[in-house]
Amino acid sequence: MATNDGGLSLSQQRQRAAFWFLAPMLAALFCVAAWPLLRTIWFSLTNTLLSDLYGGEWIGFDNYLSIRTLESGRVIYRGTLVDPAWWNAVWNTVRFAFVSVFFETLLGLIVALVLNAEFKGRGLVRAAILIPWAIPTIVSAKMWAWMLNDQFGIINDIMLNLGLIGQKIAWTASVDTAMYAVLMVDIWKTTPFMALLILAGLQMVPRDIYEAAKLDGVNPVKVFFKITLPLIRPALAVAIIFRMLDALRIFDLVYVLTPNSAATKIMSVISRENMIDFDKFAYGAAQSTLLFAIIAIFVSLYIWLGKVDLSGEGQK
Amino acid sequence: MTFPGRARNDRAETSYAIVTSFATGTELFKVNYWPKAFNWGNYESVLGGRNFVRSIGNSIFIATTTVVFALFLAVTASYALARVRFRGRGLLLMMILAVSMFPQIAVLAGLFELVRFLGIFNTPYAMIMSYVIFTLPFTVWVLTTFMRDLPVEIEEAAIVDGATPWIIITQVFLPLLWPALVTTGLLAFIGAWNEFLFALTFTSSETTRTVPVAIGLLSGASQQEIPWGPIMAASVIVTVPLIILVLIFQRKIVAGLTAGGVKG
Repeated sequence: MATNDGGLSLSQQRQRAAFWFLAPMLAALFCVAAWPLLRTIWFSLTNTLLSDLYGGEWIGFDNYLSIRTLESGRVIYRGTLVDPAWWNAVWNTVRFAFVSVFFETLLGLIVALVLNAEFKGRGLVRAAILIPWAIPTIVSAKMWAWMLNDQFGIINDIMLNLGLIGQKIAWTASVDTAMYAVLMVDIWKTTPFMALLILAGLQMVPRDIYEAAKLDGVNPVKVFFKITLPLIRPALAVAIIFRMLDALRIFDLVYVLTPNSAATKIMSVISRENMIDFDKFAYGAAQSTLLFAIIAIFVSLYIWLGKVDLSGEGQK
Repeated sequence: MTFPGRARNDRAETSYAIVTSFATGTELFKVNYWPKAFNWGNYESVLGGRNFVRSIGNSIFIATTTVVFALFLAVTASYALARVRFRGRGLLLMMILAVSMFPQIAVLAGLFELVRFLGIFNTPYAMIMSYVIFTLPFTVWVLTTFMRDLPVEIEEAAIVDGATPWIIITQVFLPLLWPALVTTGLLAFIGAWNEFLFALTFTSSETTRTVPVAIGLLSGASQQEIPWGPIMAASVIVTVPLIILVLIFQRKIVAGLTAGGVKG
């Protein structure tokens, strides 16, 4: 190895440059991600108010759970871990995440399989499925809110004319249907993304495998389950985890489509509500810290159990 | 079946918004599947009110500044991550991915404090700073996968000629990376343009709102009266340019979206 630049070997010189190249990015990420996260966790252990950010006092884990025994012997539990509204939000979030990701994967797989076949106008269709993805979430929420409007919405009108429903339904306002409305819009919006990720996996499967299977007369269903599915499993695993993380932290769609509905109140909405609207800053911070912990545990388990290689380093 | 039904549905759904955006007053409240008459009144009321134009300006300024800043830091960082072997590189990549997958609500309290501390509450700079949290990891991640695929020979030739890493990036790689930069920048721009949570929390007056917040909070003369016509007109105004961009760059967008994640 040639030595120049004051006796440093080439690889040492490159590593030194790499450090200086990475430093600004790491500094920026520290300021906007690591530091605010640590501050949020710290706030969750205080009784800080929104109106007085620096007046908070350390109260330990009381925002999470505090057990106090009164003189009469009654025990009082307080904190978010015994708050029914919080557990309702946890349940809503988990239900939303699993149902939406399940349908998005299923539909995405179907769309990807169709797009992987050769047919006329494939490019056009592939471009068209990008449209729901490109529309801002707020705009799709408003658009669907209008289409799902109980009096004037097109969906009620179509379903009424087809005889599918007997009377107009207040999709977004009714407790029974609000979650369906949110799920429907989310599935409509993110299936294309899922389809594209799966399609990229499908296109890496060598074509000759299919040709060999065809020559051997293997039935297409068996080809799918025995060849295609195992080969795209890594791509599928990564796509599912990306979607799952997105679904667990969803905020904007629910906030705009079904505001104030207990049936769709999810973790990020309830935590922001406490933090900003109800002046329970520290309590909201505790809830957002719990959401972060839930997501972190979920990701670690998924990567550990599924041995998913997210960094793409393994292929090298 | 040659065309999957989705494609047609997508258009049907967008078109109801377009139909509505051209309808006026009472006509709005009859369900139409096709515009009966064109009326630009809703567009005039949206664009005539100064605040919505302000919001578009805010959004363009915030998204552009964020993307330029993120790309500036990401080019050098992704060179180091893609081309230099050092200990802990895999771990660093995982950390960057983890940050981009962060639930934004988890940093909201801390960022709120930071924004207040810096005195940038209710200014575009609050958004520019906070959007770094998702644009920077994303651009670093995508550019790293693009840079990994550049042929090693070009770099070796440059090293033999005595080029320093900085020269290699700016003179050798950057010209090759233009298409990747455009794609990554566009995707990050769309992300910043559509962001809602931070923009909702860090603004307090109508003049500083970004487009998604303006549309989300657009209200009528009274609480009960939701101005559906103007909302749909505003939606069409901010969506059509995005759709055109996406259709022009669709191939590159697909490549950018699927880069990295799917290769494992």
